[in-house]
Formats: sequence, C-alpha cells, structure tokens
Amino acid sequence: MNINDFKSNDEIAWCPGCGDFGILNSVKKVLVNLGKEPKDVLLVSGIGQAAKLPHYIKCNCFNGLHGRALPPAVAAKIANRSLTVIVTTGDGDCYGEGGNHFLHNIRRNVDITVVVCNNQIYGLTKGQASPTTDLGYKTKVLSNGVILEPMHALEMAIVLGCGFVARGYSADSEHLSWLIGEGVKHKGFSLIDVLQPCVTYNKKNTYEWYSKRVYKVNEGPSYDVYNKMAALQKAAEWEEKIPIGVIYRKESDSYEDRSGLNNKIPLVEEKIEDIDISEALKEFS
Amino acid sequence: MNELTIKITGEAGQGMQTIGAALCRVFKKTGLYIYANQDYMSRVRGGNNFFQLRISDKPVSCPVEKADITIALDKKSVDLHKEGVTKTGILVLDKEKFGISGVPKNFFHIPFYKLANDIGGNDIYINTVCCGAILGLTRTGFEYFEEVLKEIFSGKEEKIVAKNISAAKAGYDFVTAYFKDDKFKVSSKAARNTLLMNGNEAIALGAIKAGCKFYSAYPMTPSTSIMDTISHFSAKFNILVEQAEDEIAAVNMVIGASAVGVRSMTATSGGGFALMVEGVSLSGMTETPVVIVDAQRPAPATGFPTRSEQADLDFLIHAGHGEFARAVYSPGTIEEAFYLTAKAFNTAEKYQIPVFVMTDQHLADSLMNIRVFDLNRVKVKRSIISKEDSAQISGYKRYKLTASGISPRAIPSWISDVIYVDSDEHNEEGHITEDAAMRVKMVEKRFYKKMSWLSKEIEKPVTFNIEKAKKVILGFGSTYGVIKEACEKISDKNLGFAHLPQVWPFPKLELGRLLKGKKIITVENNAGAQLAKLLMRETGFCVSSSILQYDGRPFNLDYLVKRIKELRQ
Repeated sequence: MNINDFKSNDEIAWCPGCGDFGILNSVKKVLVNLGKEPKDVLLVSGIGQAAKLPHYIKCNCFNGLHGRALPPAVAAKIANRSLTVIVTTGDGDCYGEGGNHFLHNIRRNVDITVVVCNNQIYGLTKGQASPTTDLGYKTKVLSNGVILEPMHALEMAIVLGCGFVARGYSADSEHLSWLIGEGVKHKGFSLIDVLQPCVTYNKKNTYEWYSKRVYKVNEGPSYDVYNKMAALQKAAEWEEKIPIGVIYRKESDSYEDRSGLNNKIPLVEEKIEDIDISEALKEFS
Repeated sequence: MNELTIKITGEAGQGMQTIGAALCRVFKKTGLYIYANQDYMSRVRGGNNFFQLRISDKPVSCPVEKADITIALDKKSVDLHKEGVTKTGILVLDKEKFGISGVPKNFFHIPFYKLANDIGGNDIYINTVCCGAILGLTRTGFEYFEEVLKEIFSGKEEKIVAKNISAAKAGYDFVTAYFKDDKFKVSSKAARNTLLMNGNEAIALGAIKAGCKFYSAYPMTPSTSIMDTISHFSAKFNILVEQAEDEIAAVNMVIGASAVGVRSMTATSGGGFALMVEGVSLSGMTETPVVIVDAQRPAPATGFPTRSEQADLDFLIHAGHGEFARAVYSPGTIEEAFYLTAKAFNTAEKYQIPVFVMTDQHLADSLMNIRVFDLNRVKVKRSIISKEDSAQISGYKRYKLTASGISPRAIPSWISDVIYVDSDEHNEEGHITEDAAMRVKMVEKRFYKKMSWLSKEIEKPVTFNIEKAKKVILGFGSTYGVIKEACEKISDKNLGFAHLPQVWPFPKLELGRLLKGKKIITVENNAGAQLAKLLMRETGFCVSSSILQYDGRPFNLDYLVKRIKELRQ
C-alpha cells in the first residue's frame, strides 16, 4: 500500500492553512507505514472540523454525533477486533460534549487510538471558547475573556491510568505520524492530543506561537516515560515551553484481555442463524 | 376453591421476594398456574412492600384487588393491609411480636418470630416459617418445598438447608395443628409443563435467540434485570455485556457495534431513554439497525422508580429529531415479549432502522408460568451481505438508491471496498452533501419507502369476540392480561376487545375494519388517553370513553371490571 491507496475523492472543506491538513497527512502516513489496508481500518469521529477528517481518507468511516465518537469506536472494536480503530476528534467533541466518554473509555481501555485535533477554539460554530482555550482569551461570547480554567486533558488521562499519553504538533507531520503509529501499536486506549492552529478563529495559539514553544521529549535516560509523577509534571508544562512526544506509558491488560474477548472468536464472526436456547430454558422449567 | 390470592407484606429487606419466589416454584411444581407481582418502594430497607401471588387451575395474568391470605411480617403491614382481605380471607400475624391483643375473627396468629428463633436462633428464618405456613394453609405437600429448597440452596452447607427445612416444617405443623379449615386448599396439575419467568427474562431470551451479541446499558429500574439475564447467559452464548457510563454511551455503543455487523440491543426506562433520543435519530440517519427496550415507569423526571405506567407511547413513536422510519412493538404477555423481541432484531436489520420494544414495570417484573416457547417460530433472517458473497462486491455504496429504498448492507472488512457511514446528510457513498435533490431522495428512502414496507408487516391486533361485540375495549402492552380476564369475567356478548402488540406503524387499516361502527373504549395506564388520541389521528375514529389509571399501579381485575360495568349503565 502507498499513500495514494488511502486517497479519498471527497472535497476538503477546511480553511486553507488549517492545522488539520498536517494531521490528515500524518494519519495517512501511519497507515502506509504500518502496512494497513483501507478495508481493515475504521476511522470514527463525532462532529467538528476534525470530525470531517475520516471523509478525506479512503478507509471505513463512522462519522457519528457530536461528542459521541468514543462509544461507537470502542463498540466497533469490541464487535470486530480485527479492525484498526482510530478516532479523529476535537477539543470540543472529545473534552467538552463527550467529556464523560473520555473519562470512562480511558478506564475501559479498549485498544483504540484517539487523535484529538486540539485547536483550543470552536471552529465549526465560528470562534467560541473550547474546553482548552487559554484563560483570558476573548471571544464573541466571552468579550471579557475566558474565565474558566482550561481542561488539562493529558494530566487527566495520566491520572486515570491511560497507558499511552502523547502530544503532537500538526506542523511536524513526521513526528506526529511516528507518535500516532506508537499509539496504534500500544495495546489499549492511546491518547494523542495534537496542537493544531486554527488560522481563522484562534489569533493567539498560532503556528508562530506554538513553534516558538514546542520541544521534543526524549524518551530515555533523561526522561523516564513510565514515571507517573514525572509525566504529570511534563504534561503540565505550558506557556513558556510545551513538550511534544510520548509523555506517559504504562503497560497493562486491555479491555479485550480482561473481558475474555481475545480468547473467543470475534463477535461479528458468530453464526447466529440457529442458536439453541433450549438448555437455557431449562433454568425456567 | 380453584383460585387463591396470597399476599406477603413487610418492610424492604424482610425477604418478601425470597418467600414469593420460593412459593412460585413450589406451586409451579405442583402444577398450578401462577401470576405474581411485586409492589415495592424505591428503597433497600424499611417502608412497606408486598409480593402478591395468584394461583389457579386456569391461566391467570393480572393482579386482583384483595387477597385470601395476607401474611404481615411487621406491625405496620397489619394496619396497611387489613382492609385488603377478602370476605372469607385471613390476615396472618405474629400478635405477640407486634404487641397486638384482641384481634378480629379473620386474623390468624402464628408465633413466627418465636418459631424462627427456636429453630434457627435468628429472625432471618421468619421467611421460611411463613413459607411453611402458607403451604400448610393451602394443604400443599411439604415434599415439594423440600425439593425447591434444595434447588435454591444447591452448593450451600447442608446445615443451612436442614435448618430452613425445619423452620418451614414448624410453620407447616403449626398451621396443620391450629387451622382446621380446608377452605384455602387449592391444587391442580394443569400447569406442570410450563416455564416460569417474568417479562424481562423473556425479552433477554428473545434477544439471545435472535443473535444479539452485544448488549450495553446503564442500570435503570425496571429494565435492569434484562441486563442481569443476558449477562447470566453471556459466557454460554458469547455475548459481550457492557455496562455503559450513561445511556448516551449505551445507545451510541450499540449503534457502533451494529454498524460493523453485530446484532445489538440496549434497554432502559423513560428517563434513560430521554438521554438516548439523539442516538435514535443517529440510527435513523445512518440506517444502522438497533433494538431498544423501554421498560416504562411513572414519570415525568424520576417519577416512581419502581412502579408502572404506559405514558411513553407518544414519546416513543415520536422520539428523535427529524423524520425517519421506526417500528414500536408493545407486547402484552410474557410470550409476546419473547417473540416480539426476537422479531425486533429481524425488523431492525431488514429495514436498517431503530426498533423499540415497549414494556413497563408491570410486564417486566410479573412472574407467570407460560407455555414452553416454540423455538421453531423464531427464524433469524439476516439482511446483510454474507461473508461468502462479500468477495464479489465492488463499487460498493452504503446508501445506494434502490427502488425499495433499502440499500444492500455490507460489513466493513468483509468487502474489499471501504464503507462510509455519516450522521450528516450524505450521498450514496456516505459522504457529506448539501445537494437539495439528493436530500429529497434520502428523506424519501429513510422515511416514506421504509414506512410503506413496515406498514405491510404490522403485527395483527389480538381480538376477542370482536365481530359480534357492540362495544370494544382497546389496549396496548401490559394491559392485555387484565382486559382479557375482565372481558371473560363480565361475559357479555356485546363486549369484545382488541389488544395491540404493535403501535407503530399504527395498524390503522386493520383497526378501521375491526372497529367500524363499534363503541370504542380504551384502557390505558396513563392520564392523557394517548392511545385514544393516536387512534383518532390515524383512523379518525373517536372513542366513547377511556378508562385511565395513573396512580403508578397496574390495573387490577376487580377495579377494571367495576369500571367497565359502570360504563354500561
């Protein structure tokens, strides 16, 4: 497979220069690098600019409701674990409308990869604050600036026991595609929060703003990616310096291991035409 | 006497359910027909609950107003239930324990606390003593109870079984010694070869038989025992049961699993269903089959969590923004709950739509013995492109426009093409579109065309004496049993009934034929006469009256008979 095998004919509806283009390219590269076939990949999204992404790749796509990308994604993986399931969602979709699913699907630990296109603003509804908009940022609704503390999604994920917590930057497509690849290879729920400039509505967190601040985390002797407390500190860095890379790793059994799914044939392969329940009925006789 | 009603009442936590369940099994073993329901409060301890058991030599299917034998396990129950004793009935109490003296003639004293403590050294055994007393009063062979007890306590210490048998024997012997009247003797062998289950268990078994392999729900009374039952059988049938973080997750998970080819179901009650509504619309738009059970309870908001109502009818047939096809089944019996749940999966898959099974607390929790299911009647008809046929597929379009309105449904990874599914308006490929002409075609596909097919497959109303009757009682869902028994009891050649096992699409042509020129009376467990209004909207027929009950309790036979008779005057 090469990159053209993942080319979709659908017309792209993003603004020119949108950070989502970098993420789109990274996802395609990952799929080529991992040797995946389009038919074996399922991209799931909710609603928002990021949620349009699955249409722009030739893969199976489930574009559901706003905030509800994670529930169908984990269920699809549970139903057919041969699929590679990647969620492309946004800061509003995943951290706002879908916050409860974010919390509980980290706990559930189904083997899916979640790419959050985090532009710190609502693009599709034209410029309102998102859960990650910086304090003080002025919007049409909040003309005196945002007064809510931004949501610290990476720290939350670490505390909840997510086994793969990473941050990428859409302008560094090579690094991002490596990160997403690591996420796909990780067994269990993987979170990749991607800094993604919104060229239309976010006038603060621009390419220039991010580029000045981001630096790569080097896993190794200088940074123990398995150390939870160190990871929490790393994830909290913002304003002056922003780390990108794998922030935290933890190996644990996935949902598929714990539920016993891995020991049985995939649910979708079950023959259901002649299920005999006569033994079960005996319990009622 | 060929029929008897027994009521066991006390505080939550005193084990009425345990006694009730054990008695049901004993009476079933002897061959009696059973109808049992619980009236319980939304609390784990205290309050007042009761378990009511009707036993008969003929099938029984609804509660009655008064009990022949009432067992009061605490003092409060005596005051609350003494008026609910039939003319020939008795109230059994422990007057020493409750500190009551000078009891009326229809009170019968059993020192069940003393007997329990003498044998078991613990109040816990009052349950078992009372069980023994009831068996004594009904002159039931004690050996049946021993069998049931051994089944219930299988795997537990023999000492526990022995103690329980002694406790029951003490209650049994006390009654045999001091209650010489045989008036509560009841026996039959008619119902021996039956199944004993409640509505929720029947729904769970229907789903299992239909090939449901993924079940996700958030616990909500009175739907929860569907999840318990499927979970109980999940290892045997390779079903994944996932308790969701909320009902929004539950419905979206079910849609996700179904979208990749697995038959899936969720169940909830009205409040949880309210949270699922956007998901219903998603199922409609993406043409993803799902089966959703709404076990209704009195609302609005939290309402009466443990009680019964039929007020979600309007809600279910309209739930979801926008216009799309759906089917709503409304089983009236435990058998119907089984067959219609199984059918719901075929219907959902065939038309790629959401299908609802609407029940309520009354049907969900009522325990009855029923005819053994005819498993040959349940045919699983898959409406997907099989794995074998998938190899030949190319140029696949998920939403291909066809004459029937149904697009062949392929399963991701089985075909070499990719499949796009979208909640936005989409073209045949599943990509987002803003095109007006395509919008019109897609609306017609999802709504008109599917509805026209569904209208040809509506479950036929179940009728009784409807050709000759001048007056017809019309009901849906769990009122079937009480309406049937009331009509039989009144036995008026001018009175008939029609029960609707499906309310959407509404059986308007069939009812137009059946009800033409008749006086129509709806019987509904709601305040808005929702069925009467639905009938008017769909057929133009007006009802002459509606018998409505909205106190959170199901209709009982005596009350309904009285209300129907009042109408005749």
